[in-house]
Amino acid sequence: MNETTNVTLVGVGGQGILLTADVLARTAAEAGLDVKKSEIHGMSQRGGSVSSQVRFGARVHSPIIPEGETDLLVAFDAVEAVRAFPSVRPAGRALVDRCYLVPITVSSGLQPAPEDPDGALARLYGERLLRVDSRALAAEAGNPRTANMAIAGALSRLLPFPEEAWLSALRGRLPAKLVDVNLRAFALGRAALA
Amino acid sequence: MSKLFLSGNEAIARGAYAAGCHVASAYPGTPSTEILENIAKFKGEINCEWSVNEKVALEIGIGASIAGARALVCMKHVGLNVAMDPLMTYTFEGTNGGLVVVSADDPGMHSSQNEQDNRVLQRFARAVTLEPSDSQEAFDMARAAWDLSERTGSIVFLRMTTRTSHSSSLVDVGDGARGAVEPKPYVKNPKKYVSVPANARAMRFEVEKRLEVLRQESEASPFNREEPGERTDFGFVASAAAYNYVKEAFPEFPVFKVGFSNPLPAERIRAFAAKVGALVVVEELDPVLRDAIVLAGIPVRDYATELRMMELNVDRLRALRRELLGGEGAAPAPEKPALPALPARPPTLCAGCGHRGVFYTLAKLKATVTGDIGCYTLGVAPPLSSMDTTICMGASIGAAFGMRKAGYKGRLAAVIGDSTFFHSGMTGLLDVVYNKGAITVVVLDNRITGMTGHQPNPGTGRTLLGEPTVQTSIAEVARALGVKRVHEVDVYNLAEVERVLKEELDCGEPSVVVAYGSCVIAAKKAVGAVPHAVDPAKCKSCGACFKLGCPAIVRGEETAPGRFRSKIEPAACIGCDVCAQVCPFKAISTTKE
Ligand SMILES: Cc1ncc(C[n+]2csc(CCOP(=O)(O)OP(=O)(O)O)c2C)c(N)n1
Repeated sequence: MNETTNVTLVGVGGQGILLTADVLARTAAEAGLDVKKSEIHGMSQRGGSVSSQVRFGARVHSPIIPEGETDLLVAFDAVEAVRAFPSVRPAGRALVDRCYLVPITVSSGLQPAPEDPDGALARLYGERLLRVDSRALAAEAGNPRTANMAIAGALSRLLPFPEEAWLSALRGRLPAKLVDVNLRAFALGRAALA
Repeated sequence: MSKLFLSGNEAIARGAYAAGCHVASAYPGTPSTEILENIAKFKGEINCEWSVNEKVALEIGIGASIAGARALVCMKHVGLNVAMDPLMTYTFEGTNGGLVVVSADDPGMHSSQNEQDNRVLQRFARAVTLEPSDSQEAFDMARAAWDLSERTGSIVFLRMTTRTSHSSSLVDVGDGARGAVEPKPYVKNPKKYVSVPANARAMRFEVEKRLEVLRQESEASPFNREEPGERTDFGFVASAAAYNYVKEAFPEFPVFKVGFSNPLPAERIRAFAAKVGALVVVEELDPVLRDAIVLAGIPVRDYATELRMMELNVDRLRALRRELLGGEGAAPAPEKPALPALPARPPTLCAGCGHRGVFYTLAKLKATVTGDIGCYTLGVAPPLSSMDTTICMGASIGAAFGMRKAGYKGRLAAVIGDSTFFHSGMTGLLDVVYNKGAITVVVLDNRITGMTGHQPNPGTGRTLLGEPTVQTSIAEVARALGVKRVHEVDVYNLAEVERVLKEELDCGEPSVVVAYGSCVIAAKKAVGAVPHAVDPAKCKSCGACFKLGCPAIVRGEETAPGRFRSKIEPAACIGCDVCAQVCPFKAISTTKE
């Protein structure tokens, strides 16, 4: 009895998480669903963790996802995906980027580096883990700043929305001159998870 | 027009437009900032500005209301503390054109220095409180708010929270058109607008009469509604974001949804209470509804579950559910594997931020630093660790002077940002010179309001709409206030920063140091264009540059146990040169040819 689908997006300020969440939410709306999106910004431009939650279904009440009820985690950073593990349902899936941005606490030596985040991810999520290398895809698309749309492309494979709904949401959210390169990144991300 | 996907803040801006709002003023503050930024898209139709602080913003709204216009004033929760003075008297005088104030609370302190429930202040001010639960209601309530204000003569508040401001949902904005409302005429009327005691005494009775009218409005308001449920052993009263959580955690129970919450629709709640076994009130932060319901003589079922602090959510209401219904519906917590230790990812000053070198120097000079509110509050974090106090905007100056008066003998610096200085630092500085305080005020002048997302301020040289305007000089303001010792330094010249700070901290007189360096983000300084680099042959692993806490400087090779060479991430560095100046071995330099 799982009428609402819960998607949590996590990462680091500057990775384009909020835009990706917005495109996802608009896609769900295009598909005729009720949708709520929640985000906490404020310190996001200064290298802090950023997260956004998108919930869609016939009727959504709370914009925030109860603890441990994320159906699909989208992590732009491997360590953030480990951190977010408690928020994911036992059967929930995780789409996790290959990227790991070293936190200032580690680079400055205040805290130890995390031990083998990729191993931890595999252990925690097992077969529910999907990896994507958005930076490679964005480079292939021709603009490193389209990594988030490559992730959106991969994400589109995991959700039941028609591709056209994604493309229309994406076009609606980007400045005209950036649409083409972002569409390319989206297509590459979509192909990567085929 | 089909439904739009809008944040609560965008919905308010649209609602204001639809209601024919004429004048809008605000001081930025999370989570309210985007309201005015969205209003600015309607320039030409809505006259809007960033005001220097919330008190001035409200006074502008009041003036516009007196002149007959529909006025909107927006601020974060603590902004209302600053604006209380005009609020408490204009509520006596009563509106002409409608006056709507958005006050955005921050339960859980996502980006604030304290938590306070401003509905308490709204009740205190005998104003109307409307509490939207989602973006649709934010739009609907905003659209209705000015009519209500004009009909009743009262100030109407929209109580937003971080969650309702920054969540997005689908909104039917009707035809999306501008409300065609002409400003009312201004009619000179000193008995109404001049609150000398003789007039104020008459107004005092008017305020109470208005409250009676407001009670009837609340009883009749469509924003207050009953929603049926299958079970009636409990009935819930809920408002704002809490309503959403109640609907999710208690789907089978009836709910009285309170949208018009002050004054309380007491008779409708009484009628609802008669239909349910016990009345349970759920609201975010203080027991404002609960107390008003109890005062109206309606019994409520209080509970032990802690719901009065911090942000609510469905999980916390499920705890309440277990208390009210016993084990019923409680899911056993699934076993979760343990997580490995993870490094924290706190926000930090940007690579190349001009604030960094000043804090580094103040720490080096062992100054006690009374801080203020802005990006620079991050100077408290290690390794800079150079802030001793933070209270509210502007408090750095009075706090430093107070410490001096208490007999504190050490070096004392009040550190304040430019926007904060204009907001409420100038009066504190005037007090210091007037009363001969021996402290140094350091203004971190990046010519922008950084923390809240780079809004222009009086030092920026342009307005909200991007029009060029005067660029107020902080040094000239300080001199005009009577400060004799005023210095301007370049934050990227550390030797100069240190020389001037040392001299001023020890001078025994009021002094001001304006430390200028434009904001890295606002000035779009090119990250990675010409980075600096560390020469590993010269680096002696001394760790001096690590003390800057720059995100572009990372640990390199381990040369002895626990000693690391430094390395600069070229993609993160803007080449500000501060680390090169800190390095005792000249191991860091630009990569520019
Ligand atoms: C009364 C009040 N209004 C608004 C805010 C929100 N706020 C926090 S910091 C800040 C401005 C900081 O700007 P500035 O002083 O220029 O420092 P910067 O962030 O640029 O370093 C604002 C508006 C607040 N905390 N208190």
